Amino acid sequence: MATLTTVGLIIDALLALGLMGLAWRVLANPDLFKAIVLFIAFGLVMALSWVRLEAPDIALAEAAIGAGLTGALLLGAFAKLRNAQTVAAVETSGTAHGTAHGIRSIALLIFILLLATGLGYVVWSLPAEDIGLSDAVAAHLDTSGVSNPVTAVLLNFRGYDTLLEMMVLLLALLGVWSLGDTAVHRESAPDPVLDTLSRTLTPLLILVAAYLLWAGAHAPGGAFQAGAVLAAAGVLLLLTGWRLPAALAAQPLRLVLVAGPAIFLALAVVTLLMEGRLLQFPPAWAGRLILVIETAATISIGVTLVALFRGAPPADEDRQ
Amino acid sequence: MIDYLTFVLLIGGGGFFLAGTVGLVRFPDVYSRLHALTKADNVGLGLMVAGLAVQAESWAVVGKLLLIWMLVLLAGASVSYLVAQGALQRRIRPWQR
Repeated sequence: MATLTTVGLIIDALLALGLMGLAWRVLANPDLFKAIVLFIAFGLVMALSWVRLEAPDIALAEAAIGAGLTGALLLGAFAKLRNAQTVAAVETSGTAHGTAHGIRSIALLIFILLLATGLGYVVWSLPAEDIGLSDAVAAHLDTSGVSNPVTAVLLNFRGYDTLLEMMVLLLALLGVWSLGDTAVHRESAPDPVLDTLSRTLTPLLILVAAYLLWAGAHAPGGAFQAGAVLAAAGVLLLLTGWRLPAALAAQPLRLVLVAGPAIFLALAVVTLLMEGRLLQFPPAWAGRLILVIETAATISIGVTLVALFRGAPPADEDRQ
Repeated sequence: MIDYLTFVLLIGGGGFFLAGTVGLVRFPDVYSRLHALTKADNVGLGLMVAGLAVQAESWAVVGKLLLIWMLVLLAGASVSYLVAQGALQRRIRPWQR
């Protein structure tokens, strides 16, 4: 047992050092493309760290959203930057030299030192053994409708946080769409290998998303993870040249995008009127209500993330 | 006995990953680096999956381990093809002595 603990300690130390090293390389690398690839690696090491901290829910979310989809979004943005030939401008703007630069970095150093001291003091003054609100959650778990404490917190006890998160995601998409970006609609014959890969993986990814959604009630999983896996299938399809049929691109797409937040919001209003409090589910109904919210949320989150990756709203492409 | 088998398989898998990583760092061009990388992924992970599968308590676990290996094989083979294809389109010549 003692050797196992030592091995665990070594792995933890390597993970921590690797995280800091990767974070430094991401920020210091003048090459944007390399920085993005390093950022994806950072996300994967971060997911491993969450596994070591026994937080599989966060590990899943970090791997799927933090490393996978954010990586895809960054690479997509990089490709657009390269098309606009502004990467060179971005990359050279960071290498300005002079006295102002020196003063700025000294001020920055002092600020970072103060921040690190403050953070260190706060962490140091935390009680060594603090289980936080775990006991309170465990005591009320049977009224939440699910047996996974993380889902109970996210969808029931602190449901409004998740509601607001979904709104933020929708707002982000509105922001991207309102930029009026016109993505070049390139029809290209899909590469046979990529085509086969996407045809094999897409059904599997949909199955995994459904499993994650269903498992969220009693095991690590849930709407955000399932939505991210669904979005991975969508991104893969987009990369093979697949485009949403024009008949679905205008109204149906927008309906699907708002379905999750809308159902969530509607239930919030109904519970406010019936129970007197926002998102206070009656225990007998809680399990079913959470499943309804999570199903709608999964689909909306998945489609929203794919739309974010696509960039321009599909209806505008047809007009061009 | 089974523990020794696991030990040998895991160490063997680790050896392939190490060799693959060294190849990725040291090989001269993108094509030979892909070669090193896919060997590590395919065989190294295969050995690791085999080492873990003999320890598994049920066939369901063995099935899941095999599924993971198959998915990595599929993704690894496709992605290395795509990377090589991209390199060819950019007219990167294979390294020659």
